Formats: sequence, structure tokens, C-alpha cells
Amino acid sequence: MRKTVPVVTAFVTGVIVTISFFFNEHTTLIGKVQGGILQWVTIIFGLALALGMVSITRVNFNKIKRKQEGWFYSVLVIVSVFVMAIPSALPVSWSPMFGRNEGSLYYWLWTRISEPMMATMFAMLAFYIASAAYRAFRARSTESTLLLLTAVIVMLSRIPMGEWFLRLFNESLPDWVNIYIMNGFNLSVQRGIIVGAALGAASMSLRIILGIERTYMGKG
Amino acid sequence: MTPFSPIELWLMAFVTLAIFSFLYKDNPVYRLVESIFAGLSAGYYFGLVWDTVLMQQVVDPIKTDSSNLYLIIPALLGILLFSRLTQKWSYLSRVPLAFVIGSTSGIFITSRLQGLVLPQIRTTFMPQNVPGGSTDPWMIVVLSTIVVVGVIATLVYFYFSHEHKGVIGWTARLGIWFIMISFGAHFGYTVMGRVSLLIGRVQFLVEDWIGSFTG
Repeated sequence: MRKTVPVVTAFVTGVIVTISFFFNEHTTLIGKVQGGILQWVTIIFGLALALGMVSITRVNFNKIKRKQEGWFYSVLVIVSVFVMAIPSALPVSWSPMFGRNEGSLYYWLWTRISEPMMATMFAMLAFYIASAAYRAFRARSTESTLLLLTAVIVMLSRIPMGEWFLRLFNESLPDWVNIYIMNGFNLSVQRGIIVGAALGAASMSLRIILGIERTYMGKG
Repeated sequence: MTPFSPIELWLMAFVTLAIFSFLYKDNPVYRLVESIFAGLSAGYYFGLVWDTVLMQQVVDPIKTDSSNLYLIIPALLGILLFSRLTQKWSYLSRVPLAFVIGSTSGIFITSRLQGLVLPQIRTTFMPQNVPGGSTDPWMIVVLSTIVVVGVIATLVYFYFSHEHKGVIGWTARLGIWFIMISFGAHFGYTVMGRVSLLIGRVQFLVEDWIGSFTG
């Protein structure tokens, strides 16, 4: 029963959504059912995100309770979660600081603290990517030489000084980079990967609907 | 002219510098802002879910029309996910999970094939558009050939049901060269993207924050 109900649920919903593809979503019953299912998925998915918040709170609360090393940081995590979450859930009619609109605490915390931190985190990757580049770019084989050459040429073609440098070799070189590397080699590989991944996703979906693939259920 | 008040500027500069401090080594100031960042991110998603999912898709429709009362069912299914927090009842979470995964699989079967595979294959075998609008037939022929060969070689490289020997082996070898060129291009793009973000943060520190000292 613990496994049969989920397998049947996945089968029924999967088959309905697959079949509904061939029907008009506004005029046919199965089309409307599909619309309803997708709305239900959004609601369940949203609550899954809420589960993530509960989970992060629980993990950090246990750390504090056990006075584990760095428990003070767990206090900060929990305080930050609630300072951000609670005012956003309160009605804006109570105070302009509540809700998610511009001028709310939620908006202020996001734009003044989270966004600068996120941008800095990604900016910091510039330094780490440089050290990764050193390791990746040691041209020890044909493949790594191709990687090295392409990366250098693409980087050069994206900055004015680099473009000027490339034009010293051939006036059309930066244009060729755009045409043949970006829209030729790069595009073809992206397309190949997209087609391969899409075929893989479709076959995996079929396995899930037919109940062959059950790893999503976990153990037990 | 910066839209931020002096206190906001100092706060933003503090969190920026605190995160940059990790470049030296892991330190308490970095861990402090890292914890705040993790907490705020979780809280952000809660706020988003509360407003866009629970309020807009469940509470508001039920309030305005009692015939929407059935929306309690997906909400209850979603609540069943919370049973994962207990060992004894965690199996209950499989039902909403199966609902989401089954529906998503149903969408994937048709959308991936119709929306991705077929159009991508079709455009691969069409004459390619040269960026800049060039109509030079040689350019179009060369570009189109590169695309066709690249797609086939990449797909063959990822085809593991047959040993990479003979024609398949050579095509797969060609595929890895194409892939390396593509990854190189991506790497170059990523580096440029990260550096431009870094320039943005340094600009903020120098122009907005330090610039505010001089007015």
C-alpha cells in the first residue's frame, strides 16, 4: 500500500497529462482536467518550498539545542529566516512595512542585504575561476588545447582591447569568432546536448509513469 | 546619485567586504554574513510562496468563490509533504511527490519531444542564419555543415549503448573536439560574466560608498 498508491498516482496523473496534450485545453474536459492538475502541482510545489524553510529552521534549532560548534551562526540563520518571512506574510493593511511591496521590510532586506551579498558571492567566483582556469588550461592534450584556445579567443573578442588585438591578425577575426565558434561549434554542441537530454527526460518520464523508475519514493 | 541612504550604503558595503574577506580565508565575519544570507534566502522563498501560492492560488480563490473549495485538496496534499519530517509517517509524503512527478513526467513526454527534439532537429538541417545577416552562400554552407556535423558528433559521443570503435569511435572523437570548443567558449563567457560582476561590486564600493564620503 505504501508503494502502490504513489505508483498508481504517478501513473494516473502522468497518463492524463500526456493524453490531454492532444485535446483542446479550453473546450474539452480532459484539457480542463490537465489545467487543474497543473494548478495543483504549483500549490504542492509551493508547499515543498515551505517545507524547505521548516527544514532549515529545524536543522539549525537542533544545532542550537545541542550547543554544537558554531551554534551562534545557527541563531543568526533562524533570526534571518523569521525577520524576512513573518513580515512578508502579514497583511499590508496593518503596516506598509508588511507584505512584499516596495517599501516593505521584505523588499528592503532583499534589495539592501541579499542582493549585494548574492552579487558579491558571484563576483568572488571570478577569483576562483581564475585558479580553475590555470588548472584547466595547461595544454596537455588536443582537447585541453582546444578548450584553452577557444576560451582565450572568446574572452579576447568580448573586450575592446582584445578585439583590437584580434584584428591585428585578421580584420574579420572577431566576426568569425561570433559566426563560427559561437553560432557554429558552440550552437551545434548545445543543440546536441539539448536533444540528448530531452530524449533522456522523455524516456525517464515514461519509466516513471509506468512505475519502472521508483527512486523518487526513497527507501522504506 | 545613489538611491541609498548613508546607513544603507554602509550596510551594503559591510556585507560586500565581509564576503570578499573569504578571499583571505574563512573567518567569523564571513560566516556571520553567510548565515544571514542563508536565512534571508529561505525567508525570501517563504514570502514568495505565501503570497503567490497560498494566498493567490488557494485562499483568495476560495474566499471569492466557494465552488473553489476543492483547492483545499492540493493544499492538504502539500501539507502531507511535511510528513517527511517524521520517520514514522514519512511514507505519506510519497503521494504528493508522486502526483507532482507523475504530472511533470506527463508534461515532459510531450513537451520535450514536440517542443525541443523535433524543432531542434528541424533547424539543424535547415540553412543556418549567419549573424549580421550575411547572405554569402559559402558562409552559409560552411556554418550549416559545422552545425550538422557538430550535432551528430555530439549525439554520438553521448551514445553509450555501443562501444566507441570504428566509425562510431571516430565520430565520438570528433564530438569531444566539438564539445571542448563549446566548453571553452562557455568558460570564456562565464569568466567575462563573473569579471563584469566583480567590476560592478568594485564600482559600488568606490563610486557609491567611498564616493559618499566626499559628497
